[in-house]
Amino acid sequence: MAGAVVLLDVSFSPFGSRVRIALEEKGIKYEYKEENMKDKGTLLLQMNPVHEKIPVLIHNGKPICESLIIVQYIDEVWKDKSPLLPSDPYQRAQALFWADFVDKKIFDSGKMIWMNKGEEQEPGKKELMESLKLLEGELGDKPYFGGEIFGFVDVALLPLYSWFYAYETCGNFSIEAEFPKLVAWAKRCMERESVLNSLPDKDGVCKYCLNGRKRAGIE
Amino acid sequence: MANEEVKLFRTWSSPFGLRIVWALKLKGIEYETVLEDLSNKSHLLLQYNPIHKKIPVLLHNGKPIVESLVILEYIDNTWEQIPILPQDPYERARARFLAKFGDEKLLSSIWSVFVKQGKEQEEAIGSAWENLKILEEELKGKKFFGGDTIGFVDIALGWTVNLIGILEEIIELKIVDEEKFPLLCAWMQDFADVSIIKDNWPPHDKMIAKFLAIREPYLAGSK
Repeated sequence: MAGAVVLLDVSFSPFGSRVRIALEEKGIKYEYKEENMKDKGTLLLQMNPVHEKIPVLIHNGKPICESLIIVQYIDEVWKDKSPLLPSDPYQRAQALFWADFVDKKIFDSGKMIWMNKGEEQEPGKKELMESLKLLEGELGDKPYFGGEIFGFVDVALLPLYSWFYAYETCGNFSIEAEFPKLVAWAKRCMERESVLNSLPDKDGVCKYCLNGRKRAGIE
Repeated sequence: MANEEVKLFRTWSSPFGLRIVWALKLKGIEYETVLEDLSNKSHLLLQYNPIHKKIPVLLHNGKPIVESLVILEYIDNTWEQIPILPQDPYERARARFLAKFGDEKLLSSIWSVFVKQGKEQEEAIGSAWENLKILEEELKGKKFFGGDTIGFVDIALGWTVNLIGILEEIIELKIVDEEKFPLLCAWMQDFADVSIIKDNWPPHDKMIAKFLAIREPYLAGSK
């Protein structure tokens, strides 16, 4: 179980942030290495030759890639502290389903908003709002998606919440006004120490998106 | 676990539905099949999978589980005989990674070879070969991805054995070339020979007809 843990990541990545939250929740000491995606390091290319992407967790010299797969790995290896996935197979399947839903529906529709302008943003806005409505429905009156316990789906969605401000700014619309339960949920999660140190900074993310738009000649 | 009600909603051809058939049969689980027509989805399917409205859906004692890879994990967690996923967490993570890679990067590159023509098809073949090389590497020293017997990755990548041959026949082009991919070709043969796989293969001619029809609009577009 013990052994060197290294995380290859980029500070504003919502995917890397999931891994950071999981590591912090479990109290795992790790070495953080910031990658430059415009000039990828040898270690990253060696550890993730298939996708050349972050995050990559390196545990005892062996790489694990894809953020949700990494979080599931962390949960299985360090299983005695702060379990993120439920032990009941059906509840577990529900958690895996909703995390997969977040992966399929939020980031790409958000990207369509910040990488485009005017009419071209509309499909992204529509999909994002519809998806968030479903997520808010799933949350219901529970404190966390995991129920009483902060869990896998909370870890999957929370870092993307930090990107909402960027989507709102680039898309000139309000997300938070529409989803009070998600706002309350995010505030509750942000009281956790594991989360405080691990979320991308929303202003930094917004700046990154605005710079991206400028470079692409959108603004 | 007696008196279980297990139902599988799938189509006759979908490889994602077939994966679940293979997993259930491997574990010796009794189940009932509900064949869906995706152009006319049943109200039950829409009730059990309101979000994606897709197959496969596994119904276990009235509770639905959707998304094929999630269903495979559910089956493995619920019926512990003949485990599909490896025990070691690192190997499990690697298995999940390869399954996802197969469904995303590999599938889309194979599909591009099928629907594109000319120079675009040539480029697509290059990408497909790069992706297939990863599987070839993974098979070194092993008969199946799961080792001596089939496991999660074999089941997850089984669609390649089902589908690639059909697509190759239609476009008259070999993608999984025996010279380039000897281990993968051997695996495809061995996988297809496993009895639970062999007994549940969708009919060849029906598959050809289906994919010929799917390819039509892409050909028309290029004229």
